[in-house]
Amino acid sequence: MTETFISWGMDPTWAWGVATIAGILLIALPLMLSVAMIIYADRKIWAAIALRRGPNVVGPFGLLQSFADGLKVFLQETIIPTGANRGLFLIAPIITFTVALMAWAVIPFNSGAVLADINVGLLYILAISSLGVYGVILSGWASNSKYPFFSAMRASAQMISYEVSIGFILIGVVLFADSFNMNEIVKAQQGHGLGFVNAFGFNLLLFPLAVMFLISSLAETARAPFDLTEAESELVAGYQTEYSSMAFALFWLGEYANVLLMCTLNAVLFWGGWLPPLNIDLIPWFDIPGWVWLFGKILFFFFVFSWVKATVPRYRYDQLMRLGWKVFLPISLIWIFLISGYLMLTRYS
Amino acid sequence: MIQLTAFYLFATVVIASAAMVIFARNPVHSVMWLILAFFNAAGLMLLAGAEFIAMLLVIVYVGAVAVLFLFVVMMLNIDFAELRAGFVRYLPLGALVAIILAAELIFAVGAWSAGGVDLAARAAPVVSDKSNIQQIGELLYTRYIFLFEAAGIVLLVAMIGAIVLTHRQRGGVRTQNISLQNQRRPQDATRLVDPGVGQGMEL
Repeated sequence: MTETFISWGMDPTWAWGVATIAGILLIALPLMLSVAMIIYADRKIWAAIALRRGPNVVGPFGLLQSFADGLKVFLQETIIPTGANRGLFLIAPIITFTVALMAWAVIPFNSGAVLADINVGLLYILAISSLGVYGVILSGWASNSKYPFFSAMRASAQMISYEVSIGFILIGVVLFADSFNMNEIVKAQQGHGLGFVNAFGFNLLLFPLAVMFLISSLAETARAPFDLTEAESELVAGYQTEYSSMAFALFWLGEYANVLLMCTLNAVLFWGGWLPPLNIDLIPWFDIPGWVWLFGKILFFFFVFSWVKATVPRYRYDQLMRLGWKVFLPISLIWIFLISGYLMLTRYS
Repeated sequence: MIQLTAFYLFATVVIASAAMVIFARNPVHSVMWLILAFFNAAGLMLLAGAEFIAMLLVIVYVGAVAVLFLFVVMMLNIDFAELRAGFVRYLPLGALVAIILAAELIFAVGAWSAGGVDLAARAAPVVSDKSNIQQIGELLYTRYIFLFEAAGIVLLVAMIGAIVLTHRQRGGVRTQNISLQNQRRPQDATRLVDPGVGQGMEL
């Protein structure tokens, strides 16, 4: 984008700055809009599975429901509990929201269409998602209230546990792609499965990792069946209990932006990102712009997320910890050995 | 220009937040300042071109170590009066540590300003066509392989030690045996009977 601005006769430094800001807006604004629509989609899918109608009053088919909710929340009073730690109480939702937006900087939307094309893209995402814990843990502590504190403890333990196995799963992908750069990872998937399927997921060695990553991403974003952090039967509303108005809305937006990010990561890391599903030129796959494919895949994974939410009952806390530490961690560790052994035999010998 | 601005921004924030770690009254606030210091140190690493180290700093220190700090500190029952009570008692020891640190700093800066130690010439030349990760990996797995594996063994021993110290057998705990549960079939648990009218059935 920088070149475009330079061709308009701008100074290179200024062009770089303007292009970066334009890129940020080009990602952040549609992201916020899609978060609003995805909340609506989530409620509609959930309702359809439960044989209800879902939001259907505001606007045609209830399409404006999220905006009405947003406006309502915006007009409410921000209540800060007297016992709360004021500064940290207000910073916590801001951290959650900002961190949810920051990770999008390295997501490739098309060949080369990425805001920050850095060598360590995947590590950047890991680093940023590990920051997300602070929003939760601070909100729980700063609320100075029992249930938010319990919930914050649970949530941070859960996020840290699943980050460990996510790290190992990502290493498996990186070994195959031979790069930490997100764009390179997508390109490495071209014709990877059986010579014509553009996805790592069709590799028998990587398919178990793809499944584990999908489940771990449910746990990492605290979605059902791992939504113990806001288990309403025991913890009221979890760490958000004391929040109201915009502070609450920031948590809400951040949460769904994180869900979208995890869906995107599933698509980018295992299912070909912006590549069309098959690497065959018979059908004009490659004439369709890459972001259409990527968005289709993201929406598919979001549907899976909602589907799981509507059908699977909530895990108990010890079961959640068992799944993370005693099932995913050993399996992903063994898989690192398998993958590196396989690559040593085939690629590097 | 923008690099210089960024450097001074990061450096100032690192020093200021490091100072706030000590000056903050509330231990939780201290940990938060520490996290800010880590984060800006990662920024400095990025400016130095060490992107891999920067990301590891954030992942390991901010993402794992500081969270555990925060966990422990939040669980503490903080009594501010008690915190300040030991001030006079610990003053001599604290002063001693401060004097030693100050002396070391003065020596280091003095030796550096006196010249003769050409540190910059001893730093490894930067190979530009390889990424950070490749360079570190090539060194770590060839030249320093024994040290690397020794570090791994030390960590393993520490891990086993921690497990041995905290592990205890508790009697009378009802735990879930998932494989047993999965093996259970409906016919093991239920029985279909057709009792006659007024006969009832025994369990």
